[in-house]
Amino acid sequence: MSQTKLKTDLQHLKKPSRSKTYFTLLLFVVLMIVSAISVDFSFQKLFEGFPNMFNLVDKMSPPNWSYFSYITEPMLETIRMAVVGATFGSILSIPFAILSARNVTKSKWVLLPTRFLMNINRAFPDLLMAALLVAVFGLGTTAGIIALSLFSLGIVSKLTYESIEAIDPGPLEAMTAVGANKLEIIYYGVVPQIMPQYLSYCIYVFEINIRFAAILGLVGAGGIGQFYDTNLSLFNYPNVSAMIIYTLAVVLVIDFISGRLRRSLI
Amino acid sequence: MIEFHNVSKVYPNGTRGLNNINVKLEKGEFVVIVGLSGAGKSTFLRCINRLHEVTDGEIIVNGKSITQAKGKPLLHIRRDIGMIFQNFNLVKRSSVLRNVLSGRVGYHSTMKTIFGLFPKEDKDLAFQALDRVNMLEKAYARADELSGGQQQRVSIARALAQEAKIILADEPVASLDPLTTKQVMDDLHHINKEMGITMVVNLHSIQLAREYATRMIGVRAGEIVFDGPVTEATDEVLDFIYGKGTTTVESFPEKQQPLEEVVQ
Repeated sequence: MSQTKLKTDLQHLKKPSRSKTYFTLLLFVVLMIVSAISVDFSFQKLFEGFPNMFNLVDKMSPPNWSYFSYITEPMLETIRMAVVGATFGSILSIPFAILSARNVTKSKWVLLPTRFLMNINRAFPDLLMAALLVAVFGLGTTAGIIALSLFSLGIVSKLTYESIEAIDPGPLEAMTAVGANKLEIIYYGVVPQIMPQYLSYCIYVFEINIRFAAILGLVGAGGIGQFYDTNLSLFNYPNVSAMIIYTLAVVLVIDFISGRLRRSLI
Repeated sequence: MIEFHNVSKVYPNGTRGLNNINVKLEKGEFVVIVGLSGAGKSTFLRCINRLHEVTDGEIIVNGKSITQAKGKPLLHIRRDIGMIFQNFNLVKRSSVLRNVLSGRVGYHSTMKTIFGLFPKEDKDLAFQALDRVNMLEKAYARADELSGGQQQRVSIARALAQEAKIILADEPVASLDPLTTKQVMDDLHHINKEMGITMVVNLHSIQLAREYATRMIGVRAGEIVFDGPVTEATDEVLDFIYGKGTTTVESFPEKQQPLEEVVQ
């Protein structure tokens, strides 16, 4: 009896169709081709432009080494902006991360608006945001620092709330059972569990802030970017190459240090 | 000390966790709850300190209704009920001392606890609690450096530092080896005997239940099917609680006899 039953069962059990997979793949290929055509992409242009690259390198060398001393001050300003922006953003991200973590904030009326605000912040193109802030606060580092803070806020709050949602719920339960209130549960149950990750995100965001701060000057928001802008428009390529080398060196050193720091945290 | 009045609990997915429970647990008892996984043991325990909400009925703890309490009064009732979990639920990155001190947060203002300003008496209390479970020398170790049995003893110390009058233990030894199981159960036994703290313990093991309990409650499908001294919990009774009976009983649960007939 059981054998005949197995046969009828197997008839019902059909292999799932793979047409969905094929269709998705096809759609993707079509989208790519249409996009390439509509932006006028051609391999010919790519190859034609290639020699220009060597041309530019040629114009850039030798770098104007004496320019280093001149741009040290704006470089330091860039680093300071990155530090201040990362600090503000990281501090501000704490309430955002807690209010948008599903396992800590049970109320949808708090959770969803917080996440919505965070999404808007992240959805805004960074450089456009900086340009708008320059329009509001005027040329200079203030606009840049605010742009960097918002940028850091978006990244740290998102990463942190995802870490919070992945914590061990046991200590939260234990703290609830002890008679702790919400703040105490967070402080004793959540904070010790996410502290290393959170600090690691803060350092990470400082790392990417340096790179972002270096181009902020293109829209007038302070830092070394302004000097890039000036030198490029004056076709002063030896100066530009000196700045690129300088920026690269600073970024590498900071990446190295922050990488070391983050590894020691986790 | 703990009174259940017509308590029912239905989970959002329709599962009945508890079905019209009426029971009274007295001060100083060592109550062991036995039953199959999913019978409702854990739900029973978690309703007492309202880690789970009941859907119907009322639970009175020390003369106060915990099911109706809100805000501060609820936190104060919980403060008097310690809890021990199968997975210890310690903050693994924090020190043992800090884990034990976290049992004191219910006694102080939020600001004080967040800045870690525990008075000296609290620290003494924490050290005493650690001493009681023989973990004093590990006070400054990180919780994740300890073995399972040691972590469970720290969580007992947390309940002691809390100055709980009742301790609920949800499968406290399920993830421990036989030797540490004995140590942890002995700790609970001594605390119950010497400090008069009421124990409500969920256990899988019948042997342990027989060894330590003064009173046994058998839970099956969300209902209390046995409640009495351990001496009365005969093999037949346990078979009924665990639904082991004869093969016919096993395959046709609707034909199972009521407990009274089994016992006779």
